[in-house]
Amino acid sequence: MQKTNIERHTIAVLVDNEAGVLARVVGLFSGRGYNIESLTVAEVDHVARTSRVTVVTSGTPEVIEQIEAQLRRLVAVHRVHNWTTSAPGIEREMALVKVTGSGEKRVEAMRIGEIFRAHIVDTTHTSFVFEITGAPSKIDQFVDLMRPLGLVDVSRTGVAAIARGPEAM
Amino acid sequence: MDKDGTALTGTPAREGAIELSGAEMVIRALKDQGVKHIFGYPGGAVLPIYDALFAAEGITHVLVRHEQGAVHAAEGYARSTGKPGVVLVTSGPGATNAVTGLTDALMDSIPLVVLTGQVATHLIGTDAFQEADTVGITRACTKHNWLVKDVNDLARVMHEAFQIATTGRPGPVVVDIPKDVQFKKGHYVTPDAIRHRTYRPRTEPELSSIVQAIDLMANAKRPLFYTGGGIINSGPEASKLLRELVKLTGFPITSTLMGLGAFPASDPQWLGLVGMHGTYEANHAMHDCDVMICLGARFDDRVTGNIAKFSPHSKKIHLDIDAAQINKNVRVDVPIVADATKALKEMLHFWKTQKKKVDAHALKVWWSEIDAWRAKKSLDYRNSASIIKPQYAIDRLYELTKGRDVYITTEVGQHQMWAAQRFKFEQPNRWMTSGGLGTMGYGLPAAVGVQMAHPGALVIDIAGEASVQMTMQEMSTAVQYDLPVKIFILNNEYMGMVRQWQQLLHGGRYSHSYSEALPDFVKLAEAYGCVGLRASNPNELDAMILEMINSPRPVLFDCRVDPRENCYPMIPSGAAHNEMILSDAQEESTEVSDEGKMLV
Repeated sequence: MQKTNIERHTIAVLVDNEAGVLARVVGLFSGRGYNIESLTVAEVDHVARTSRVTVVTSGTPEVIEQIEAQLRRLVAVHRVHNWTTSAPGIEREMALVKVTGSGEKRVEAMRIGEIFRAHIVDTTHTSFVFEITGAPSKIDQFVDLMRPLGLVDVSRTGVAAIARGPEAM
Repeated sequence: MDKDGTALTGTPAREGAIELSGAEMVIRALKDQGVKHIFGYPGGAVLPIYDALFAAEGITHVLVRHEQGAVHAAEGYARSTGKPGVVLVTSGPGATNAVTGLTDALMDSIPLVVLTGQVATHLIGTDAFQEADTVGITRACTKHNWLVKDVNDLARVMHEAFQIATTGRPGPVVVDIPKDVQFKKGHYVTPDAIRHRTYRPRTEPELSSIVQAIDLMANAKRPLFYTGGGIINSGPEASKLLRELVKLTGFPITSTLMGLGAFPASDPQWLGLVGMHGTYEANHAMHDCDVMICLGARFDDRVTGNIAKFSPHSKKIHLDIDAAQINKNVRVDVPIVADATKALKEMLHFWKTQKKKVDAHALKVWWSEIDAWRAKKSLDYRNSASIIKPQYAIDRLYELTKGRDVYITTEVGQHQMWAAQRFKFEQPNRWMTSGGLGTMGYGLPAAVGVQMAHPGALVIDIAGEASVQMTMQEMSTAVQYDLPVKIFILNNEYMGMVRQWQQLLHGGRYSHSYSEALPDFVKLAEAYGCVGLRASNPNELDAMILEMINSPRPVLFDCRVDPRENCYPMIPSGAAHNEMILSDAQEESTEVSDEGKMLV
């Protein structure tokens, strides 16, 4: 297999919410040497007890094809959907970003926060916590801009993804 | 879409549902699943199940000497019967000792249901005595596994375990049962009450791909069948259909290690084993073919050699029941995801109804090329009057057992490759070997399992003196159950394949590959209470083999062979199928690339 053209893909996996199911998914990635750039998981149907795992991964098209096929082999997996190869979906990530400082830098941080439509969810005389939602690239950009302004802490959720239009997964 | 929109698992407690203890449920479920034999070893955390087994009728328990032996025995049983093998072991070391066998079964797609005891639920996570995270440890070496914390889930899980192990691509499963769950009473449900929430293996082929496949085949000028263990796993019907298709087309056929026996080795269309130690004609045909029909094989590195140089000019048809095998190692042109029997049936049906004809002229030219490769006689060796050549020993074993009801198991190494090259299998399910994992110590316990399933058959483990010592303790099992297995040890006093690679790749520095301080196998046999035989000279070999065959008891046969014989032909690491080496003389002039040295 060629090692060129590495692509980034967002894959959703609907699983039975049984004990150890996340370990099965994660173990598949580590055991076969696939990358995980981000991973989110939560129960999405409390009655049917299904959870949705959203994985952002990277690899050649061949590797991505294998990842999907290997995921489908897991007994507890209901469905696998690749948001990158299908009609483009909506991807969102949330981050909490803590910035400390005073004077000019503090004002500048607040101004950039407004431009990015970040909410301030906690404040002291020397710190802000911003809540920001958007595509991962937007959050990357925001974090980069905050770095010289007193960035001390970042917590990101990883990507959640859904289709545009009436289609479900 | 969902794999299946419907339904929840299990069945709630019904009127008149049977109430049993967890341990009784296990036995009841085994009976309902038609299990006749289980291989196991007791211990603290499975005592309630052993207690229920004590009173049970219709299930024979085989007490092994080590849990690895239990799993390999169950593999041999499964491989030779087509039924799932069942294992019962205790928690902690019982489960960890089973891990090698589980991994072996996963790699070779062998259906096993392995039941492990676990410490009581309130002790899980406390580092209790003989506690291990069995589902954690076995997650990567099972098709699926369960920790059953509620006795009312136990019957459902037991039935699901059998379903998952035996359907789709078969494989091993583990059911981990805490001791308190074995004691508790709960409701038993029968297998027919179970419908799995998510598991729906695909077995029906898409007809459009079948049509594409036979079109390619009909237009082929240099076609080749390349078949594997998937044909065996699909059942004897698949072998029959394969034979029909191969006869109908007149195409040549080769097979992987796991697929031997699906097509008769005595047939003129048979090219022999493919891959690293495959025949010259099979490998050259793989390299030069224009249409490759891969049926139930997975383009393993032992088959493909250097993937960049693998069969560069062929269109590839790939039938596999596991969609993840398609395009994994090699890009294919026509994928067919289906059970082999069903797909072969459709291929035959369309071939006949569409009145397909092969390109007879092209095929004749192709066969004449193949015949030229055959004329190299790549399996030939220089025999000796004074020392037993291992190839000669296998040839004699084959000739003297021909026509009998024979099952062959092997260990791993040179002897395994010689057996695969030279022993001619005419039927499926007659050849049990550790292909994917390459587990030394597989063959002896596997023979025990095969003999349990086929009491009247002649079961022979073609072994090496190094491998066989890894699970030698199972001779005691064979003696206990009067299993007349024949352990035919090609004793060359070396880990022969390691020695061969050290000669080839490491300048003849034989680092720790000499089998020093070997036991006297004849005395060892006597110590176990079975028969020990030794042959050191070619002219005594036949008589000794006959003595072995005619003995009604288990036999350890110490066949002293040439310690320096190498296994040829061989595709050196990193080379292509048309760059085989045929003998020691040629090997000396063969440079293995640095890249090749990296490969195992």
